Amino acid sequence: MSEIAIEAAGLRRTYRSRIGWFRPQRREVEAVRGVDLTVGNGELFGLLGPNGAGKTTTIKLLNTLLIPTAGTARICGYDVVRQTREVRRRIGYVFGGDRGLYDRLSARDNLRYFAELYGVPGREQKRRIAELLELVRLDGREHERVEGYSRGMRQRLHIARGLLHRPRVLFLDEPSIGVDPVAARELRQTVADLAAAGTTVLLTTHYMAEADELCDRIAVIAGGLIQALGTPAELRHHADGRRVLEVEAYGVNDARLSAIHTLPGVRQAGLEVVGAAQVLTVQSDAGIDVQADVLRELAGVRLGRVTARQPTLEDAYVAIVNRVEQRSAAEAVPV
Amino acid sequence: MRTLRLIAVGALLHAKHQSRSSLEITIALILPVVQATLAVHLFRAGAEPDRLLEAAVGAGLMGIWSSVLFGSGGAIQNQRWLGMLEMIMLAPRPPALVILPITLATALTGTYAMVATLLWGRLLHGIPLTFADPLAFAVAVPGCIIGLGMFGLLLASTFVLMRNANALTNTLEYPIWLVSGMLVPITVLPGWTGPIAAVLPTTWGARAVREAATGSGPVWPSLGVCLAISLGCLVLGALMMTHVERRARAAATLALA
Repeated sequence: MSEIAIEAAGLRRTYRSRIGWFRPQRREVEAVRGVDLTVGNGELFGLLGPNGAGKTTTIKLLNTLLIPTAGTARICGYDVVRQTREVRRRIGYVFGGDRGLYDRLSARDNLRYFAELYGVPGREQKRRIAELLELVRLDGREHERVEGYSRGMRQRLHIARGLLHRPRVLFLDEPSIGVDPVAARELRQTVADLAAAGTTVLLTTHYMAEADELCDRIAVIAGGLIQALGTPAELRHHADGRRVLEVEAYGVNDARLSAIHTLPGVRQAGLEVVGAAQVLTVQSDAGIDVQADVLRELAGVRLGRVTARQPTLEDAYVAIVNRVEQRSAAEAVPV
Repeated sequence: MRTLRLIAVGALLHAKHQSRSSLEITIALILPVVQATLAVHLFRAGAEPDRLLEAAVGAGLMGIWSSVLFGSGGAIQNQRWLGMLEMIMLAPRPPALVILPITLATALTGTYAMVATLLWGRLLHGIPLTFADPLAFAVAVPGCIIGLGMFGLLLASTFVLMRNANALTNTLEYPIWLVSGMLVPITVLPGWTGPIAAVLPTTWGARAVREAATGSGPVWPSLGVCLAISLGCLVLGALMMTHVERRARAAATLALA
C-alpha cells in the first residue's frame, strides 16, 4: 500500500462561463492556480482559506467531481481523471449545510440507498447501517423523515453516509458549518476517532480552533495557491514578531478602523461582530505597544474588555491571508 | 444481482421520495381529472362517443409521458437543487446506473396517472372500462412504462449537461404526445411527422396500450417494437451518460453553483 493517500501536482482549475445569448460575454475565473500537496496515509490534513480561496474547488478536483484544467492528482495511487471509478471506491465526501440528503426519506432509507450506490454487500448493509447510526447517535430516530432533523442531526447523517463504504480517504468540506457548539465538539471527536483508526482526512474549515485541535498539518490557501503549509505550531511562526491587542467595542466605524490601520507599528486590524459587540483585533510589531494609540483612536466609543495576548493560529492565518491580499492589491494598482 | 438490486431499491426509494412531495400530490390529483375531461369532451365534440375508452386511455398515456418527461428532466434538476446530483454521480457506478432508477421511478409514479385517469373517466363521465383484452392491457401498460423509463434515460443524459433543463422539458411535452398519437390518431397528422413517430417508443407504447384496450390490432408486435426502441435508447443513453458526465465534470455543471 502506498504511503501517500493524496497527491496533487500543479493542479489548476479555470471556470469558464457565458452570459447572454446575443453578444454573449465570456468570463474566466482561475479558482485554483497550481496546487501542490501530499497527504500521508492516516493523516488529518486541514485546508484553510477565506471564501473563494479555492478550497472547495481543490476538494472537488481531488474527489473527481471536477476535471482539472491542468496538473495531476492521485488518490491512493489512482489518477483522478483516468481511474475515476477506482478513486471513487476509496473516498467519502461530506459537505456542510442543509442540502445533500433526501429530505422526504428517513435516515435509514437515505443510508440504504447510498449503501446500494456504493456497492455495500447486501448481507452487510443492515449491520453497517446500524453501526453508523449508533456512531453518529441517530439510532432510535432512523425511521423519521430527514426534513424534521436539526442541522446537527443532518450533519451527522452526512457523515454516516460518507462512511458507509469504509473509505480510505474522507473529504470533509466545512462539516461543522452552522452546527451548534456541542454538536461541533462531537463532530470533532468523530473526525479525530476516524483519523486515529487510520482514515486519511482532508478537512476544510473556517474555524481555526477546530483546525488547531484536529489537524496534523495545515495548508493555507488563498488566491488559488497554497500560501503556507506546516503543522499548526509551524504555522504560528508566521505571526512571530507580532503581538495582538483585542478590544471589545460597540460602534466602531470604518473611518476609525482605517485610522487604526495607519498607526505606527500596526500590521493588521480587523473587526468582527460577536453577538451585540464588536471585537477589534489589532496585530502590531512585538516591540511596539500600540494600545494607548488604539484606545485614543477609539475615544468616544463604548468599550468593553481590552486584552493583550500572544498570537494564535488564527492570527497567523490572518497574517498570511492579508499578506496575499496586500500583494494582490499592489499588483492590481495601475502603473 | 447487485445491479438489479440497485435498480430496484433505487427506483422504489426515488418513487417514495417523489410521492411524498406536496406539489407532486397536488398535480397527481388534478391533472388526471383535467386530462380525462378534456379527452372525453374532445371525442364527444367529434361525435365519436363509442371511442371514449380510447380517449381515456390516451389521456392516461399523456399522464405517463408527462411524468416521465418532467420526472427525468425535473428529477435531474431536483437532484441539483437538493445538492444530490454531485453525491449520486460520485458513486463508483456507471452514471447510467445511477440515473436509471430515477427515470424508472418517474415512470412508476406515472402509472398512477393512467389508473387515476381511467377511474375519473369512469366516475365523472361514465366511460365503460371494458377492455378488449384485459390481460394484454395489464401487460402493455407496465411494458410501456418500462419502455418510457428507458427512453427517459436518454432524455436525462442531455439534462445532466444543462443547468436550465426545464426549458427543454417544457418544449417537448406537447409535441411528443401529439406526434406519438396518444390522443389523436397519427393518420390525421401531416405526413412529415410519420418518420418521427416511427422512431419514438412513445408511439409504439401508446399503440400497444390502445390496441389492448380497444382490440383494434395485435398488441404484442407494437409492444415489442416499443421495448426494442426503448432498449436502444437505454444503450444510447448509457453511452451518452458516460460521455456527458465527463463533460459535466469538465464544465462544472453537476453542482447548482
